[in-house]
Amino acid sequence: MIQTIAFYMFAVVLITSGALTILSRNPVHSVLWLILAFFNAAGLMLLLGAEFIAMLLVIVYVGAVAVLFLFVVMMLDIDFAELRAGFVRYLPVGVLLAVVLAAQLVFALGAWYVGGVQLAGRLAPVDPSVSNIQAVGELLYTRYAFLFEAAGIILLVAMIGAIVLTNRPRTGVRRQDVSAQNGRRPEDATRLAKPGVGEGVEL
Amino acid sequence: MTASDFILIAPELVLILGGLALLLVAAFAGDKVSGVVNALAALVFAGAIVALTITAQPGAWAFSGTVRIDSFSTYAKYLIFAAGIVILALAPRFYEREGYRSEYPVLILFASLGMAIMVSASDLMTLYIGLELQSLSAYVLASFTRTDSRSSEAGLKYFVLGALASGMLLYGISLLYGFTGTTSFDGIANAFGPEPGLGLLFGLVFVVSGLAFKISAVPFHMWTPDVYEGAPTPVTAFFASAPKVAAVALLTRLCVEALPFGAPAWQQIIAFMAIASMLLGAVGAIGQRNIKRLLAYSSIANVGFILIGLAAAGNEGAREGAVTSVLFYLTVYLVMTLGSFLAVLQLRTADGRMVEDMAGLSGLWKTRPGLATAIAIFMFSLAGIPPLFGFWPKLLVFQAAVDANMLPLAVIGAIASVIGAFYYLRIIKVMWFDPPAEEAFPIEGGAMERGLIAVAAAYVSVLGFALIGPLTAASTTAAASIL
Repeated sequence: MIQTIAFYMFAVVLITSGALTILSRNPVHSVLWLILAFFNAAGLMLLLGAEFIAMLLVIVYVGAVAVLFLFVVMMLDIDFAELRAGFVRYLPVGVLLAVVLAAQLVFALGAWYVGGVQLAGRLAPVDPSVSNIQAVGELLYTRYAFLFEAAGIILLVAMIGAIVLTNRPRTGVRRQDVSAQNGRRPEDATRLAKPGVGEGVEL
Repeated sequence: MTASDFILIAPELVLILGGLALLLVAAFAGDKVSGVVNALAALVFAGAIVALTITAQPGAWAFSGTVRIDSFSTYAKYLIFAAGIVILALAPRFYEREGYRSEYPVLILFASLGMAIMVSASDLMTLYIGLELQSLSAYVLASFTRTDSRSSEAGLKYFVLGALASGMLLYGISLLYGFTGTTSFDGIANAFGPEPGLGLLFGLVFVVSGLAFKISAVPFHMWTPDVYEGAPTPVTAFFASAPKVAAVALLTRLCVEALPFGAPAWQQIIAFMAIASMLLGAVGAIGQRNIKRLLAYSSIANVGFILIGLAAAGNEGAREGAVTSVLFYLTVYLVMTLGSFLAVLQLRTADGRMVEDMAGLSGLWKTRPGLATAIAIFMFSLAGIPPLFGFWPKLLVFQAAVDANMLPLAVIGAIASVIGAFYYLRIIKVMWFDPPAEEAFPIEGGAMERGLIAVAAAYVSVLGFALIGPLTAASTTAAASIL
């Protein structure tokens, strides 16, 4: 019962926040909706008994979104004074959202303790005595080793692409030369001066 | 995971190790050695072909059933690697002016690796990883000429639409997985059984849509003309050749191996896409003045013809002949397309500017008779006019459609061929009967490219008919191995 309620709650909030991510005009709001969507997706994963993936979603994606948020803030011309102006006015809505999130947390944990949702037509049922991380680890480097390595090549191609498309030889760049730095002696850099009284230092 | 797994994927290993080694060379020696890197990359492809020949298997699984090595995948890999060599052969001269960069051959190697993984996929995850490796390399290649705004635009457009297609594909994959609990093709076929439900239908529609984007079948073709026009010409040649082979082979394997019980559903979808692609490809090309855009529409139309064969494979009785016709068509299409692009790359003025406008071709018969004859052969062949070899695969797919009781599909295909013949013939009219253009295209260097054009032209001309025997035998064996 609690699982069903929790599922529909997470699903509805996930779809709504997903839609609002692309519909809201303010990019900062979009990012916030995206974070909410990730939290709810993590909740759904928890219902499936995949607590490891749920944690990954929160740690990796929400963390990545925080960085994305930073980029949005840096690259767009947003007047934060204007955004903050309505703080008191929007406070009730904010508190409501916080309450909803807290309630979701309670539901998710409750549903998780009761046990995962039963999926129809499972060919390969999960062994309940094995923890998530162990199950993933046992498969990742054995059964799916080739795919894992191929995924590594994809990331390598992404890196090559980013460098090829953006890196260009620049002129007039001052590069660090470690040996020149180490080979520099004190007498090259400093000079003892003995100015006369009332004359000051000549540089 | 044993040594035999690694032996089975030897061609892929050659590509991976060769690509990584050349990447190191490219990173340390820079663009000074780009010519050497290019030649070595071609050598890596040759090595992969040798490895493929040595380790070919009539049917084997590697890595716990995620990778399938059989005659079908071997056939497709031969096509892909051969296309890779041709693509590398035509690149350095094109980039001569702005400076050839040594990452280009490395990216072609990795893209081909992705395609090799695609055609060997017997698991939805292998499918996705291969597809993504190929696509990601393709996005970078499309915007490889950084200084050209059209190239950057093409790359960005391709990337955004490709990401959308990947999203659709992943959604379909997650549905299929959710309803069956497995990602392997055989497992999906077993889980659904002869009474597939709505779950299969939804998953199938999304997966097929995602793949249709990659082969630019109508209605997922919108990106094609823009990307083909904007991307550097060797990259366009690449897009039109090897990835099409890989994606069509992948789609065929997916439909036949994973979704045999969904055949009535995917047959309808693919028949619709075939009709729409043939007609739109034929009609859309009529107004084009840019040769690359024209070839883009031509490739859309050709994909439509290939899909006729795949649609016919939906009928259990006609399946083997239909898949054979798809493979045969792909082989001939590859040579016709690469030949056309090789010829287009010859349209270079004395100061090294590439001519893409069709008016630039006028009177080519007077200035470069050999080139004009080659282009004429490619165009007649693409149009499927009988004495030339391009006619034969079209006949095969129509035959497959008739065998599968899909006569209307074959009739519409024939009508679309006639409409399509109009714009192919117009190119020939421009070359033969219009007064010569002011710009001349001097012959200088590039003996290898002219040799390749001659070989391709000989292959798609009447001479190709001599190859029907071995090609039919090879494609029939390949088709039989996935049934």
